[in-house]
Amino acid sequence: MNARKRRRLYFAAAIVLAAGGATWLILGALKDNVIFFRSPTDVAQRQVQPGVPFRIGGLVADKSVSHGSGAEVRFIVTDGKDSVPVEFKGVLPALFREGQGVIATGALNANGTFEANEVLAKHDEKYMPPEVVDALKKSGRWKEGGS
Amino acid sequence: MIGELGQLSLCFALALSLVMANAGILGAQPANDTARRIAHGAAMGFFVFIVLAFGALTFAYLQSDFSLRTVAENSTTAQPLIYKISAVWSNHEGSMLLWMLVMALYTGAIAIAGRGGPRITAAALGVMGLLAAAFLLFILFTSSPFLRFDPTPFEGAGLNPLLQDPGAAMHPPMLYFGYVGLSASFAYAAAALIVGLPDSEGWARAARPFMLTAWITLTCGIALGSWWAYYTLGWGGFWFWDAVENASLMPWLIATALLHSALATEARGAFRTWTLLLAIGGFSMSLIGTFLVRSGAITSVHTFASDPTRGLFILILIALAVGGALALFAWRAPSLQGGAAFEPVSRETMLLLNNVFLIASCAAVFVGTLYPLALDAMTGQKITVGPPYYAITFAPIFFALLALVPLGPRLAWRKGNLKEAMKPLYPALGVAAIAVIAVLAIASPKSLAGAGAFAMAGWLLGTSVIEIRKRRGARMAGFAAAIAHAGLAVSLLGIAGTTVWRSEALAVVGAGDRLAVGPYTLRFNGISNVDGPNYQGRRAAIDLMDGDKVTATMRPEQRIYTAEGQDVSVTAIRTTGLRDLYLALGDDRGNGRWTLRAYVSPLAPLIWLGALVMALGGALSLAGRLRVRAPEPKAAAPVLAQAAE
Repeated sequence: MNARKRRRLYFAAAIVLAAGGATWLILGALKDNVIFFRSPTDVAQRQVQPGVPFRIGGLVADKSVSHGSGAEVRFIVTDGKDSVPVEFKGVLPALFREGQGVIATGALNANGTFEANEVLAKHDEKYMPPEVVDALKKSGRWKEGGS
Repeated sequence: MIGELGQLSLCFALALSLVMANAGILGAQPANDTARRIAHGAAMGFFVFIVLAFGALTFAYLQSDFSLRTVAENSTTAQPLIYKISAVWSNHEGSMLLWMLVMALYTGAIAIAGRGGPRITAAALGVMGLLAAAFLLFILFTSSPFLRFDPTPFEGAGLNPLLQDPGAAMHPPMLYFGYVGLSASFAYAAAALIVGLPDSEGWARAARPFMLTAWITLTCGIALGSWWAYYTLGWGGFWFWDAVENASLMPWLIATALLHSALATEARGAFRTWTLLLAIGGFSMSLIGTFLVRSGAITSVHTFASDPTRGLFILILIALAVGGALALFAWRAPSLQGGAAFEPVSRETMLLLNNVFLIASCAAVFVGTLYPLALDAMTGQKITVGPPYYAITFAPIFFALLALVPLGPRLAWRKGNLKEAMKPLYPALGVAAIAVIAVLAIASPKSLAGAGAFAMAGWLLGTSVIEIRKRRGARMAGFAAAIAHAGLAVSLLGIAGTTVWRSEALAVVGAGDRLAVGPYTLRFNGISNVDGPNYQGRRAAIDLMDGDKVTATMRPEQRIYTAEGQDVSVTAIRTTGLRDLYLALGDDRGNGRWTLRAYVSPLAPLIWLGALVMALGGALSLAGRLRVRAPEPKAAAPVLAQAAE
């Protein structure tokens, strides 16, 4: 084997090893770390397992926001058809309002309450998260032009 | 009037870019001096007209000429001068014109410097001409910044308040110098393929200043963006693995691989075809980044307006540029093969490993960024890929790369001696060991990951110091690699400090309440209303306490920009240089009680300082390149010269 062939062999071996290793890492990581988006209806129907992280989105139900003594806050996310109670300890976005779109990341606890570790509202008044629009369209509560 | 002047300049520039494309590619033939002169002239004309167009738009912003739609939508008469200027590129149309301006600057530089000989220069200008023409068509047909607004409004809508910030103003130009700089190295690579051996021998050397400029500015641009996110978003983090952030990280990773691979190509003629592929890949990543950011496929501050035709146009451009370049590569690359052989233990091998790790880490980011988009497009299933994914893919790959970084420059080309190379580095291993022990003994909570990061930083910093001492008295450019690698270590320290040892407090506070976070005690003194020119603000007064003594007062703010209906939180950050105290005001809980978030981030400023140090390393290398004007490389001459070294 001459030097050039040998070098090419190293090159190919290194690439194959690295590609294999990276693929293994990436696929393994993707399997465990993908976070799905669910609407309240999905949660009601599909029986999402408690403890599995996911994102939920919908509208903050009217008159559903209540504060605890500390930084915790409770509210209900609804898509007009089904609703899910959410508990969150943290700072709500300034444009978080009843009747407005919201997306929360977290997991269901044993009582069926969604424990959020992050709550995102739209950050300007014209914007509605596309996931929320989809969820509302699916539940038939989406009005074109009126958000 | 000014709008028409701008639009007309763009049309002339388009015509000249087509001339440049034709003449440049014809000028790649050995005996076609006329075509080369035409390409040069067209490049100069193109440059002038783009500068005119950009100047016209800037002038319209300075004059608050609201008869232009983009001006009316992004500026007001009350806006401070600097934001009138930065508003020029704060929107899709203007930022595309900024892209063209940067492209014109690079084109002018390629034409004037004439690096790599007349044939390479002409062909590179030809490729730049093709790219420029494509982008100009895109601007003229889908995103002209010179469209009129009828009737002319009295006042404009103003710049997005999140972007009224020095960091956000400088971030796009920096990033574009990086993205478009990669188009210049792409042009040289394509030129090398067009011209073929032996005249393409020097292409990597010719393209080096452009690669370096792209890499330096990308480094600065990413750091600026991350810093801006840190101090404006109020979440205390510096990197969120958001798709737009990844869009700038991927070209950086490939550009870094390219810089290293091109070293071997330049010095030894090794990896010749691979370096060409990387140059193509780097620019592809820029285009993919542009697509992600501009198409509205993902929602972010960067999504100005989602217009499907724009996304489609960029996709077609990607397909043509990348497909064309790869076809050219497949056709011509076999004739470019060859290069000197090397042993398994050699600098070439280290550079190869560098590339393997960088490409793998880029692949991890690529999959994490595009998989959700692909899945949504194919199944409608909406998912996100969060930071944990990157923590187990990107982080270990990059960490493995860092361990090898100091070895590369120590090993000789072709055949190195690992034992000999390691001998002077033993003190650095000692530094790493001490770092581990010190971190495990002192820092709490105890963290193996943190100790590992400190060990790695110690190893990198130690070896950089050894390298710099060894080269004392050498030209400044000789220190470039050591300094850039030390910058990596500095950033690593900052990243480890903030991710592992950040303390955080969240509380609902009323006037007089105290809050402890890390070593600090804070006292909330209530809220006052602030009426800004275009916002309503609530400003907290929070005392930093030392016992009962007030040592400082911090004032985080919550603003609602009334016209835009947008909320912006203004954080208050107090830094010692080695530790940040970071306050963000939360929501109103009634009765004068507010939620307050406080973070203590050890070593946070080092993240961005490290990026600056890296950029400094790059700048030293660039300065060295520009000062020493190498004679035009004859076939294989550089290889011999390097071997004799």
